[in-house]
Amino acid sequence: MADQETSGSETTGSVLLTHEVGLHARPSVKLTKLAKTFGSAIELGLGADGPWIDAKSIVRVMAAKAPQGTTLHFRASGPDADQAVAALVALVERDFDEAGAHAGNG
Amino acid sequence: MPAMVERIGRAAAPGLARGVVHRIVERSTLRREAGSPDEERAALQSAIEAATSDLAGLIATADADGADILEFQVAMLEDEALSEPALSAIEAGHDAAAAWSEAMAGTIEAYRGGDAYFAARISDLEDLRDRVLGHLVDDGGEGFAAAGSILVGRDLTPSRFLSIDWSKGGAVALSEGSPSSHVAMLARSRGVPMVVGLGELAASEGGEAIVDGERGRLILDPGAAELATFATAQAGAAERSALESAVLTRPAVTADGERINVLINVAEPEELDTLDVAIADGIGLVRTEFLFHGPSGLPDEETQYRAYRHMLEWAGERPVTIRTVDAGGDKPVAGFTMDGESNPFLGVRGVRLSLLKPEVFRLQLRALARAAIHGNLKVMLPMVTVPDEIEQAAVLLDAAVAELQAERIPYARPPLGIMVEVPAVAIVPELFRKAAFFSIGSNDLTQYTTASARDIAAVAGLGDAGHPAVIALIRNVVAAGKALGIEVSLCGDMGGDPRHLPALVGAGLRSVSVAPPLVGRVKLALAGLSARAPA
Repeated sequence: MADQETSGSETTGSVLLTHEVGLHARPSVKLTKLAKTFGSAIELGLGADGPWIDAKSIVRVMAAKAPQGTTLHFRASGPDADQAVAALVALVERDFDEAGAHAGNG
Repeated sequence: MPAMVERIGRAAAPGLARGVVHRIVERSTLRREAGSPDEERAALQSAIEAATSDLAGLIATADADGADILEFQVAMLEDEALSEPALSAIEAGHDAAAAWSEAMAGTIEAYRGGDAYFAARISDLEDLRDRVLGHLVDDGGEGFAAAGSILVGRDLTPSRFLSIDWSKGGAVALSEGSPSSHVAMLARSRGVPMVVGLGELAASEGGEAIVDGERGRLILDPGAAELATFATAQAGAAERSALESAVLTRPAVTADGERINVLINVAEPEELDTLDVAIADGIGLVRTEFLFHGPSGLPDEETQYRAYRHMLEWAGERPVTIRTVDAGGDKPVAGFTMDGESNPFLGVRGVRLSLLKPEVFRLQLRALARAAIHGNLKVMLPMVTVPDEIEQAAVLLDAAVAELQAERIPYARPPLGIMVEVPAVAIVPELFRKAAFFSIGSNDLTQYTTASARDIAAVAGLGDAGHPAVIALIRNVVAAGKALGIEVSLCGDMGGDPRHLPALVGAGLRSVSVAPPLVGRVKLALAGLSARAPA
């Protein structure tokens, strides 16, 4: 369940967080690491209208404490905004590539 | 020579070790001489860089679980948002160490309460805080812990643990801490004995200590008799652990072929992450108090549901018995339990409290009914004294289930059983036929039968689970269960103690639930017993 939209220089996308314990340590590490590989400014919101936080900051992403079942919203602006939003949405859709991993460690 | 001191806490990692005490210095209480804001800013930045490079070095030698924990720490340290509040405090004239400690205290506070998975990261943040502080201040002369040391202190951080050479033995003994902490998980996976929750400890650096990670025991300055016992135990331990691991994942059977169910007691969901489900016939007791101890208050339904579901999914087809919150007695919860009771063990605790606070009980019952679809769940009421308490709880469970149905939330109605721990139940169990199962809580049954409070050391000798009156009550409950067709198990410490197993099996008991590190020992002891011969 994801969609993406571009208007002007800004790209937005949203995706349902299915990870069993939410956006905790290990998923947050992966998400912020991936975000940092793009030149665009990228923000994460727990609602379509924000509040928006810097998706490259693990301190801010962890502080959002997004639980399982949250719809994550991304918005990016910059040269690679489309690719950035697509890559982040895909990471969440793939459940952070950790299906079957322990929940308690991450 | 100082007098021997024995302390009992909670077992966090099994094993037996003897060594020299090394005190863990509290870095967070150390101070630093302040320089100018520019100097302090530079000092903090270089301490953060040094801490990052320490962690990178540790990652290179850590196993997969350890590396994951450390990578999270590196990512946090590399994020400027972490040091921003500290840098502003430095601008305002604070020294780097105080600024960093206070900024981290604020960050850590935000992780408390609510979601257990986020709260579990607090130890990582404390670890980060202390690692950076270690580069900012003189560490008070705390030397390197020699290989084989017994580390004694308030708490131990995962990175400190990983930086210590455990190849020559050693152990950890903490006045605080939890068996489900990261560091306890690391200790179990490294085979380092660990005991937590020992209370204030007056161990002196360089003194001698013995840690018994199976019984949760610490002995400081052991006497000749303890040292001799240790030597014998250690000689037997290697042999025994080989024998235990051979039976660990097999069903428990007595010498004469009687099958005994051995289940495990769980206090926090994270304990399960390093356990092989094949060692147990199920979870015989989940203590749900862990959910109620966050400083931000009582847990919401979603937090509870996720924790219960995690445990049910771990167990798969095997039964999981979750006990509704047993607060009160020696387990107060601020804002929930009664203050100022003259005798809390005889006061409003267990199901008495839940029935008095139906708004709290309702959320727990809803979370349990929702989780029930993910496995084989049974729900257990603690401290039941009269049959009407079962009826009242059943009415509330029915109401919770009806709400879920109206809200179209998937659920199943779990069977409702009781703890048998009040003598009023153990004497006339036939009056409690509405219970789906009986689980004997031998710790409280012993305390109430012998009138010896569990928290009063002077009467500890009287509070003996082996008292013939306690055994007679257990025999009575097992017999009533058989007559009524109600299954009976036992989930107190007695079930994990090989000295009591002959009496329990002799009383007809065929199911015990014990702490996970004791499973091998119990199965081994049962294999040497005869179920039909007189006990």
